Amino acid sequence: MSELAIRVEHLGKKYRLGGQQARYSTFREALVNAARVPLGWLKGERRAEQNILWALDDVSFEVRHGEAVGIIGRNGAGKSTLLKILAHITSPTRGRVDIYGRVGSLLEVGTGFHPELTGRDNIFLNGAILGMTRREIDHKFDEIVDFAEIEKFLDTPVKFYSSGMYVRLAFAVAAHLEPEILVVDEVLAVGDAGFQKKCLGKMEDVAQAGRTVLFVSHQLDMIRALCGRTILLNAGHILTYDTSEKAINTYLVMNRSQLSRAVFEANKDSRVSIQVIGARVCDIHKHTKQTFDVFEQIFLEIDYVIRKSVIGAHVCFEIKNNGAILFWSFDTDNNEKLVYDARQLGIFRSHIKLPCPLLKAGHYLVSFYTGIANSERIQTLEEVISFDVELISKGATYLSYAEKRPGMIAVSLDWETEKIS
Amino acid sequence: MDNPEPAIQKTEAFLSGNYTHTVIEPPKGWAPLKLGELWKFRELLFFLTWRDIKVRYKQTALGAAWAILQPVLTMIVFSIVFGGLAKLPSEGIPYPIFTFTALLPWQLFAFALTQSSNSLVGSQNLISKVYFPRLVVPFSSVLAGVLDFAIAFVVLVGMMAFYGIGLTPAILLLPLFLILALISALAVGLWLSALNVQYRDIRYVVPFLTQFWMYATPIAYSSSLIPEKWRWLYSLNPMTGVVEGFRWAILGKSSLDVVSLSISAGMVVVLFIGGLYYFKRMESGFADII
Repeated sequence: MSELAIRVEHLGKKYRLGGQQARYSTFREALVNAARVPLGWLKGERRAEQNILWALDDVSFEVRHGEAVGIIGRNGAGKSTLLKILAHITSPTRGRVDIYGRVGSLLEVGTGFHPELTGRDNIFLNGAILGMTRREIDHKFDEIVDFAEIEKFLDTPVKFYSSGMYVRLAFAVAAHLEPEILVVDEVLAVGDAGFQKKCLGKMEDVAQAGRTVLFVSHQLDMIRALCGRTILLNAGHILTYDTSEKAINTYLVMNRSQLSRAVFEANKDSRVSIQVIGARVCDIHKHTKQTFDVFEQIFLEIDYVIRKSVIGAHVCFEIKNNGAILFWSFDTDNNEKLVYDARQLGIFRSHIKLPCPLLKAGHYLVSFYTGIANSERIQTLEEVISFDVELISKGATYLSYAEKRPGMIAVSLDWETEKIS
Repeated sequence: MDNPEPAIQKTEAFLSGNYTHTVIEPPKGWAPLKLGELWKFRELLFFLTWRDIKVRYKQTALGAAWAILQPVLTMIVFSIVFGGLAKLPSEGIPYPIFTFTALLPWQLFAFALTQSSNSLVGSQNLISKVYFPRLVVPFSSVLAGVLDFAIAFVVLVGMMAFYGIGLTPAILLLPLFLILALISALAVGLWLSALNVQYRDIRYVVPFLTQFWMYATPIAYSSSLIPEKWRWLYSLNPMTGVVEGFRWAILGKSSLDVVSLSISAGMVVVLFIGGLYYFKRMESGFADII
């Protein structure tokens, strides 16, 4: 238990956004750039430094053999970058990593699977890609097939597999990888609930067998179950490296104090007819809150003022996730009176209860707008408050609501099913 | 774990402390080649080659027949246009077989070059998710062309029997020229595949390049048409040496121009070693920009 497995010292990784490291460039751009840069330099222009992002900055920690360490943090905190450096996929800009032992990485299940090849072929191909020797694969072949439950389809090209079968096979190969140090990204959030449970069990076995595991996940209960200690990353720095319980608590507290509440300066100009002056996200007890469980009731509270009695004035909010607009909601939606009648003057407070479950795990931004229907926009408050939804509930059935579930939203519908033949 | 054995072995490994030690640091300019690592990953090289071959034959209706059709049809066209209409001299050898012996290594080269140039970009999901020496990717795509070559070679043997051309002891040196052809393709493929990661223009450059390159290689004509004083320049094309070598080894008629061959081989070595170093230098950034 005491030997050093990984030592990370002052690790930093810089990405240049846009400019030279743009997704890919063409010769023409390279030539134009080459011509422009010295020219700009003569003019005294400096390279735009604001385009540089330190995905990781001065990160140091140690992991001992036999430890299972979780890595948590918001999207963009540097978790994946850290794993990619440890897995040798990308190289750091600064610092040094010492690794003692063979590293196996699992950043995605089914890497290198080829749809035209059969299940059998893909087991060998994927195994080799993940770093298994041919003999190891031969040796574990039956176990893999058993675990994936695909015996009957072993000689069928995987393009004919259902997505469940595909994922089961992919995970089965990965689960039988036996490196001394295993680096895992959010790959368990796949498959149906039963299979999820099986995967979780397998991961527990791996951790108990004394192997070293580094595990990134947004599913805090999984981190809690698998990892003794957890690293909390925030904006490229290590915020906490402690027992999982403490790190998770810090993470939740850190999120709570975030921007789920905002007060806007009221414009005293009486010509502004309708204006939002405050807003917050809160729970069922009306406590302002940042992080909600997928199965928790979320409320929005909006304070606004009406100074001029106009017809068709409305207040609206928008919920956005990852840059995509999920929906707009108007206060006039279910109230025809508000559409056709002149509004009462005064200060108002609206409570909006969001359906539940609706939002998948993720970070949500809320914008507010006021205006007159079909004529003008009066106020625009873009992305002024935010909140997070996480899968905190325990139990395998809830896992099917995890972030990786396809679709923008997660709804729970009643399936009325009858036997018809 | 069903079987407690591995866990116990692992514990022993902790105690003996015989872990491999790896250091990860920022890249510093020109990196060492670490060809030993490539050897360690030879099984992956094998599996990727095997995948390329298997998938290609599965996805095409005619499968392996393409390996024969391509050179044979080209040979027919060349025989009509260059042999029949233009009446290019063919060193006293029947024109179809004269051009076919050159088309074999050429098509291997052109195929391997095209495949390897696009290989890195084609495996971007692997490169951004798993570690292995990236050299495996262009190497495997070059090797995948050898099977096609072997199939087309059978046709050549049939044609030689038809024309009554016997083999000479020179045939024993054929593998050497085959290897030279593969290394030429790899040498250029290394440069182009690494460049292709950053400049996707390469994808459009390659078809032109192979087309022009073919006319700069003695496939449809004999290199004896090139004036003596320009022969050295002509030999800078690695494929000149390869094609001349093939003709010599298989047909045994003309004598081998050793000077020209040495220039070609020297060029291959320079391109290859340069390509390896360039590739290695770019390697650390592949996952970030691909």
